[in-house]
Amino acid sequence: MIRLEPRTTPSRTLALLAPFAAVACALALAAIPLLAAGQNLFEAYGLMVKGAFGSAFAFSETLTRATPLILTGLAAAVAFRAKLWNIGGEGQFYLGALAAVIVGTGAVPGPAWVLVPLVLLAGASAGAIGLIGPAYLKTRFKTDEVVTTLLLNFIILLIVQMALQGWLKDPMSLGWPQSEPIVDEATLPALFEKYRVHAGLLVSLAAAAVITIVMRHTVLGFELRAVGENPDAARHAGISVNGTMLKAAAISGALAGLAGTSEVIGLKGYLTSDISPGFGYAGIVVAMLARLSPVGVVVSSIFIAGVFVGADSMSRAIGVSSYLADLVVALALLSVLVAGFSIRYRVRWLGLRGGEA
Amino acid sequence: MEFLEIFLSANFWAAAIRIATPLIFGTLGALICERAGVLNLGIEGIFTAGAMAGWMAVWLGAGLFGGILVAALVGAMIGLIHAILTVPLGLSQHVSGIGVTMLATSAAYFTYRTALPDVTSPPRIEPFQPLNMPLLSDLPFLGPALFQHTVMTYIAIALVFLVAWVMARTPLGLAIRAVGDNPSSVDSQGLSVYGLRIGAVMAGSALMAIGGAFLTMAAFDAFFFGMVNGRGWICIALTVFASWRPKKALLGALLFGAFEAYQVRLQTEVGAVVPGEIFLMAPYVLSIIALVIAARGADYPRALLTPWFKGQR
Repeated sequence: MIRLEPRTTPSRTLALLAPFAAVACALALAAIPLLAAGQNLFEAYGLMVKGAFGSAFAFSETLTRATPLILTGLAAAVAFRAKLWNIGGEGQFYLGALAAVIVGTGAVPGPAWVLVPLVLLAGASAGAIGLIGPAYLKTRFKTDEVVTTLLLNFIILLIVQMALQGWLKDPMSLGWPQSEPIVDEATLPALFEKYRVHAGLLVSLAAAAVITIVMRHTVLGFELRAVGENPDAARHAGISVNGTMLKAAAISGALAGLAGTSEVIGLKGYLTSDISPGFGYAGIVVAMLARLSPVGVVVSSIFIAGVFVGADSMSRAIGVSSYLADLVVALALLSVLVAGFSIRYRVRWLGLRGGEA
Repeated sequence: MEFLEIFLSANFWAAAIRIATPLIFGTLGALICERAGVLNLGIEGIFTAGAMAGWMAVWLGAGLFGGILVAALVGAMIGLIHAILTVPLGLSQHVSGIGVTMLATSAAYFTYRTALPDVTSPPRIEPFQPLNMPLLSDLPFLGPALFQHTVMTYIAIALVFLVAWVMARTPLGLAIRAVGDNPSSVDSQGLSVYGLRIGAVMAGSALMAIGGAFLTMAAFDAFFFGMVNGRGWICIALTVFASWRPKKALLGALLFGAFEAYQVRLQTEVGAVVPGEIFLMAPYVLSIIALVIAARGADYPRALLTPWFKGQR
């Protein structure tokens, strides 16, 4: 028999090792479908690593992919800290992207130093509103925010599609449902010539730094963690649980909204309804792999981005479906969840007949 | 006037029941899991995997009922993953469920793409045909509305009453409800909390997968990316709306089906002035509204989301 005992203090070593173990486990498990598909394992994974990190171009692509993931990852990390299960990062991403084209395609004139911050602010606000709604329903009516944010993802995507077919549609787009281009003054520039990685990465890194400070050194950060860990104790300590929940929602939604804005004004330059290949959902995995640490989010975003970019490149080279990337990402999420268990519990072998007492 | 005439067409009622069928399977599945204390957000992925597995099995020659069996087994296996993570390991049911949805969806897509690398449109199967019941199917109005469905619809409705009976009247049902309300009391009676919860999650997941299989084997005749399109999440909302009661779940699913069938027909009337997306949004908006109405007074299974460990308390 075996028995699970809670550790008196969570193991710090294991906490640091867990994400790496989880990643190794995810890659090992993903080998099963790869082998079943008749592929050479080393060739496939080798091509993935090369495609993600093998050249300056590859690394630029990975960082470009990581830019929105850092923001959606932070969004999930902040919300999950307060046990607000925001699964609506995808919808908030699109709200931020929508706000970017509403403000940034010429409706508001101005120089770049006014327009860029203004567009970012608009995107963050749109994302925040997108999560404050479900969070309000949660605090007021006890409506499960997981389901409402998930359903809102579908609703928001349809709103975007409707806008792109109608009032936001670029008359010059030859019938394609896409928005007018972002004006130059509202565009985030590329960081290096000939590479796609853009100043949105700096926005993401700045956000990670700000969130680190907020979570560690401010009253708000303390309240978020207190509410997440034990809402009853937090209430007794005089913290407004509902108020904190709404603040967490505002921050989390704003971060996911910023991801959409940065993708539009930094990378694409216009909005289409397929601009996100699931950045909102991948952000959940990023946050869990990072064990909700903002600094960890930066690292795990680069890893997850690498998986996607690498899998795309491998898929083009040897024809393995790029859904392998989604498979690895999902396995990483489940693995890190299990790894988290081993940090909190120790498994004790009680001998074959033990455990009865 | 046209708005009311819609209700007079047998076609409308037939569509309502057809749309409700996968939701009945899914909501029953979610209800069984939650009654045992486990929220199963893997549902969306299990729908997708069931749709893919059932269809592919038929395409490979398993026969329609063989396809259903394959879908159910795939669903139960995915349910087992969720159950192991959330029951003996007691991990977050929210995160595990989302992870299971991601895993099942990507596994289904990967399998599809690996088996059919170059096809633009998927191969079609011969799906379930509407039953032709003597006398009943030929009735005016009632025949086409109620008695010309595929066998899966009648199985779904029969399952509602079966699950209701098992839950309310049998020791098994009592034990499942108890394990979702007060697991320690079940344990003190010498029953296995883990066994009951894992079994319930596997059975519920099998039903979810059959709901998915209905899409590829009765409603349509092939598998498409994104075809589940939130139906799983809608079932989770319907479960709360139904206060975890099978017959109310049937009612909820039928109401939902009727609403959706109605708006599709309304769209042809007013489609010129109202954008189609508004109609497509309706089911999700309706689910949120149903959830808000139901959630406040909802009588959640008391141990829902709460892990239980042997020997603790």
